[in-house]
Amino acid sequence: MKQPFPFSAIVGQEAMKLAMVLTAIDPGIGGVLVFGDRGTGKSTAVRALAALLPPIQAVQGCPVNSATPADCPDWAGVTATALVSRPTPVIDLPLGVTEDRVVGALDIERALTRGEKAFEPGLLARANRGYLYIDEVNLLEDHIVDLLLDVAQSGENVVEREGLSIRHAARFVLVGSGNPEEGELRPQLLDRFGLSVEVTSPRDIPTRVEVITRRDAYDTGHEAFMAQWRPQDAALQGRILAARGGLAGLVTPNTVLHDCAALCIALGSDGLRGELTLLRAARALAAYQGDGVVSRAHLRAVAPMALSHRLRRDPLDEAGSGARVARCLTEVLP
Amino acid sequence: MRVRTTLRLLAVDPAGLAGLWLRARAGPVRDRVTQALAALPLPARRLHPTIADDALFGGLDLTATLAQGRPVQMPGLLATPAALVLAMAERCPSGLAARLAAALDGAPAHCLIALDEAASPDEGLPAVLTDRLGLMLGLGDLVWSDTAPLDLDLAGLAAARARLASVQTPPEAAGALTRAAAELGIDSFRAPLLALRCARAHAALEGRPCVADADLIVAAELVYGHRAQPLPETAPDAPPPEPPPPEPPPPDAQDAPDRPQADSQPLPDDLLVAAARAALPADLLARLAAGRAARAARGASGTGAHKAGNRRGRPLPSRPGRCGTGARLDLVATLRAAAPWQAIRRAQANRPDAVLLVRPADIRLRRFREVSDRVLIFAVDASGSSAFARLAEAKGAVELLLAAAYARRDHVALLAFRGVQAELILPPTRSLVQTKRRLAGLPGGGGTPLAAGLQLALATAAQARARGLTPTIALLTDGRGNVALDGRADRAQAEADALRLAGAIRQTATPAVVIDTGNRPQPGLQAMARAMAAPYLALPRADAHRLSAVLDAALGG
Repeated sequence: MKQPFPFSAIVGQEAMKLAMVLTAIDPGIGGVLVFGDRGTGKSTAVRALAALLPPIQAVQGCPVNSATPADCPDWAGVTATALVSRPTPVIDLPLGVTEDRVVGALDIERALTRGEKAFEPGLLARANRGYLYIDEVNLLEDHIVDLLLDVAQSGENVVEREGLSIRHAARFVLVGSGNPEEGELRPQLLDRFGLSVEVTSPRDIPTRVEVITRRDAYDTGHEAFMAQWRPQDAALQGRILAARGGLAGLVTPNTVLHDCAALCIALGSDGLRGELTLLRAARALAAYQGDGVVSRAHLRAVAPMALSHRLRRDPLDEAGSGARVARCLTEVLP
Repeated sequence: MRVRTTLRLLAVDPAGLAGLWLRARAGPVRDRVTQALAALPLPARRLHPTIADDALFGGLDLTATLAQGRPVQMPGLLATPAALVLAMAERCPSGLAARLAAALDGAPAHCLIALDEAASPDEGLPAVLTDRLGLMLGLGDLVWSDTAPLDLDLAGLAAARARLASVQTPPEAAGALTRAAAELGIDSFRAPLLALRCARAHAALEGRPCVADADLIVAAELVYGHRAQPLPETAPDAPPPEPPPPEPPPPDAQDAPDRPQADSQPLPDDLLVAAARAALPADLLARLAAGRAARAARGASGTGAHKAGNRRGRPLPSRPGRCGTGARLDLVATLRAAAPWQAIRRAQANRPDAVLLVRPADIRLRRFREVSDRVLIFAVDASGSSAFARLAEAKGAVELLLAAAYARRDHVALLAFRGVQAELILPPTRSLVQTKRRLAGLPGGGGTPLAAGLQLALATAAQARARGLTPTIALLTDGRGNVALDGRADRAQAEADALRLAGAIRQTATPAVVIDTGNRPQPGLQAMARAMAAPYLALPRADAHRLSAVLDAALGG
């Protein structure tokens, strides 16, 4: 298996890269939605993110990557107690996936051959404590979206079917990408994504040439290219780990909380999830930049990606909601 | 010639170029091309648009498992590198397209031959795939008598394949190809990458150790030709402009080496652009672009399309089928089907102690049918210009349609626009009585805020869709919109607003019908109907019965 394209080697697309790094620092932000044209490196960035994430400790053989033997679901019959280091799971949820594959179902193989009633875990089990990546998320069928919403809300997957009654933890970060020309995303699902970024093809020739040159080097001289970028990726991973450590000691002044609320009220975003995400993202950014105190500058940097998908949609606003957030930012946070 | 070069390039680097989009009707000409594909160094495997996941990715072989009493796995078609031949690619559902795209991106590297038999411009290969497939061939204008059996020179191909890895790429080649792509309006980064690989394969074919300008020109022609945005002046209704001067390839190849000295531009970008432009007839490009737009406007083809499925809704009788295609097993029906045969099967299989012997033919799957209700949204112009002449007739037509809607159990919503704003008089309902009462009390007079009416219709349609209804908009107006969205009486702004909203309605793919109730047909209203992709009906002096009949026919009964 070829190693994914190195994250640090992605040219430009700073907003997308920052959003991914922030969600790696604090998974509680709740995932990233990348919307943009075809062939702008959306999938490349998500797959590159997997290589950046630090490994997790999980019980050996546990189908849901439990952190301690006590967390293992009883149906799995895990007897091992040893902890092994695993890469953070980044699970692909393909379009047209069936409900059985997502939530898990009766293991037909064992039922037919050995007459046992056993549960075959689905993608949600594998994505526990990791990332669930949905390419072309706006084309996902509605009944799968309903399932995901339900599980993402409760952090638990409950299967009641075919005589099975199974539950297991399913806490994952949703990462989605899509092309807005092909369809809208339901607002409920949109709201589950913490950050959203829009990517466009860069327009200037030197950047485009650089993209092509790097990608071509990756394809033709794979080993050399990976060796060239490994130090940068390792440094970035180190920064992410350091930022995770720094999150706890971060000071959040009351003025920042006040700013968050003022901004969300001015924009008229629904619910309080906007404020919470905005605050968490600003804290992650402060930790990433090594600042001890969250400031207005951090808020300003993350507000577009944390809020632009939470506004009431205006079908005639061609400038997009990003412009509205920017306008509001200059008014509320001068 | 183009066909032969394309196929030879594909045979040299099938995985790198990712595949071929073959746009042709089934027939002997296409067969010639597909036969020549045997030269590919990969085993060919045929796919069809309704292929199941277990065939693609492998899974439990149910038949063998049941027969042998132990799990038997079968390998999927994507397990080993292959040349995947997708027949009837124009009917490829978006789910399959996404999976194939993932297979093309991942390892092992596959090569996809998409046989696209699209007849009309709004069907065609999903864009996820056209973006990834390097090469494209259109055989529409080739006649059998003009073609000769393709000889791809297998020995030469093998030698070229061996040379491919050692072909050098000059550093400025990537720049030239990227600039040409930008000039042609190609946004995707996959195109220059594929062109670069194509140029390398061509250099290997020609036996050159390093990619030369001639290779880049061929690559631009083959990879960019069908991706280029049509030139603005090649609009469908304009007369076909003279094609950009297609410089014959041999002089190009000789000219090119001189150029680097002439000006510091290392490679002739405009030559690449010209080559790509000359590769395909302009009208085909425009048609391809129109098809893309139409598909985009139709929206997500993957969701909400199925009304009868195996997931939810009212249960239907179960039917025989295979497990593992996403359907749910009807256990009771399966057991019932298997029961009569148990004694015979135990004897045949020589397993007298077996509790239950189930054969694949016994398996019954559940089916459900889900019916989505339709909601008719009437947007009625109650302005002063309309009121006296036609409002009564419009009311009459709506009442007749209401009766029909009641019989079909459709929902109805009613909104009126007059003065400076639109008002939702009745949210979607099935109550006939209530609708009639509100309709009778509909006042008239004031300006014509056509844009506001459309905006409200759009919002009502979106709400209805979110509730699982299928909305249809019927707009009844005399078309002289004179109040803009912000309430000002500005005729030009009002018309612009209305047109923009008509475009927004088209974007959401809401079926609509525009009925001109004016005394004279309004050309402006016709343009708006076009922007809405809605049929336009001018009904000068029509009575309510005729109006209703026409409306009913336009909405498909």
